[in-house]
Amino acid sequence: MIENRPILTVFTHIIMILGVALIALPIWITFVAASHDEIRMLQAPIPMLPGSHFVENFKQALFGAGLSGDQTPVWRMLLNSLAMALMISFGKISISLISAFAIVYFKFPFRMGFFWMIFITLMLPVEVRILPTFEVVANLGMLNSYWGLSIPLIASATATFMFRQVFLTIPDEMLESARIDGAGPMRFFWDILLPLSRTNIAALFVILFIFGWNQYLWPLLITTDTDMTTIVMSIKQMLESAEQSPQWNIIMMTALLAMLPPILVVVGMQKLFVQGLTETDK
Amino acid sequence: MLKRVHFPSSPLPYLLVAPQIIITLVFFMWPASQALYQSLLVEDAFGLSTEFVWFENFTYLASDSHYLDAFWRTAIFSFLVAFMSMSVALILAGFADRVIKGATVYRTLLIWPYAVAPVLAGALWVFMFNPTLGIFPYLLDMIGVNWNHYLNGTQAMGLVIAAAAWKQVAYNFLFYLAAMQSIPRGVIEAAAIDGAGPVKRFTTIIIPLVSPTTFFLLVINLVYAFFETFGIIHVVTQGGPAASTTILVYKVFNDGFVGLDLGGSAAQSVVLMVIVIVMTMVQFKYVEKKVEY
Repeated sequence: MIENRPILTVFTHIIMILGVALIALPIWITFVAASHDEIRMLQAPIPMLPGSHFVENFKQALFGAGLSGDQTPVWRMLLNSLAMALMISFGKISISLISAFAIVYFKFPFRMGFFWMIFITLMLPVEVRILPTFEVVANLGMLNSYWGLSIPLIASATATFMFRQVFLTIPDEMLESARIDGAGPMRFFWDILLPLSRTNIAALFVILFIFGWNQYLWPLLITTDTDMTTIVMSIKQMLESAEQSPQWNIIMMTALLAMLPPILVVVGMQKLFVQGLTETDK
Repeated sequence: MLKRVHFPSSPLPYLLVAPQIIITLVFFMWPASQALYQSLLVEDAFGLSTEFVWFENFTYLASDSHYLDAFWRTAIFSFLVAFMSMSVALILAGFADRVIKGATVYRTLLIWPYAVAPVLAGALWVFMFNPTLGIFPYLLDMIGVNWNHYLNGTQAMGLVIAAAAWKQVAYNFLFYLAAMQSIPRGVIEAAAIDGAGPVKRFTTIIIPLVSPTTFFLLVINLVYAFFETFGIIHVVTQGGPAASTTILVYKVFNDGFVGLDLGGSAAQSVVLMVIVIVMTMVQFKYVEKKVEY
């Protein structure tokens, strides 16, 4: 610190604590709501301190029938979300790795044409082409399947760019010596490129897992079968059913369960998360 | 672009790019061209016949007051979301930059909203502002404000903006903090020796020096507010009351899937695509030559 001003330091901490409180307030209220019984959550004002029904609500939300009229149990939705998030992140990482490898390490006709084709996908977020993409998926018979949930989202310009950048920084001598030792292209890819880009892959995985888990519009469109509902989607239906049977304790517990996995990933892998964020957006 | 040492041409590179290219063609190129094509068609009310009408859908959009309202509403919404989340993040980062003890703890506690899905962020805020149960309507009632975002369009807009901005603070905070920590300490020390206090240094040195980050974040936040806030709107207000929170992305969805106006929805998609392309180009231009002062 440049100057010693104890009052300013105290003030700084006060502001930071206020900021944290402001940011954490919504989740605190959610947590409190998830820890009371149903009756208490119908009396205004709602409590601000946690109650004693947390474990009970947890069990009811996770294994019970959930809310009335909603047959899919929450654990099933969590599994659907997990499958979708993992398929999207692994899919994106693998196809981006191999296409970046082809573009950087091979000289072949239409190389730049392919590169620009991938680049353009960057400009077409799913929100702007929902109807025609939905038609394609419907015609391919991929509605209500994990394939339909994940494959249309796994083309990735940003990931391809990032791996291209990483590969370009790898010294040429690596390839030269690998070739002298008699390694073919795929051997070089597996034994040298992949190990060298390990941290980049991990960092990207953190970002993509969150991206995949938090998908909303796409699953909403292509899943009509309640068995395929993802946890993030289910919140909307629960809020709608809250008009008739406001079981806020269960709704908020489900919301808590829905945001917990990505939050754990961000907090647990903070360093990789920050690296992934700054790399993919630059 | 290409490595100086590389492999010769063979079928292998084609196989390697094939998965990415096939997915791009099937799920990106083809739907985008369909959107372009459909935007030139008009379908009758029963879906029996379609007519090629050139740019009629677009001229209709340009004269449709609902669409133009949605356009301006989106602009105001996006700028307010960007402004609020960026200014809160800037101030917090400014203070966090001064913290020595516990800096990582604060960072951890501030970044997690990034992981919350927009629709969940919306659900949390709609619960806090529930007119009969929520804590904020209860507090607002004490000072004589009657809160009901189901009836009051301005309040609904305010709620949607707050939820969208809240979620984005984490992201902006990380980038601002990184930018501030990369400012050479010598510059700050020199200003301190010249007698500039903390506030003066923040406004005249730190803010100008992080302006490249500000510009970058502005583009990112506008794109976020334009496209990724769909979930928030869908869960909090569903575009209402009386279309007062219908932004462009929500309107494309609503007109296409609920209203089944295929041509009109496709024309709106094309307008959105143009907006994304312009924004992406601005962003790339920035990446190429950073704004320097």
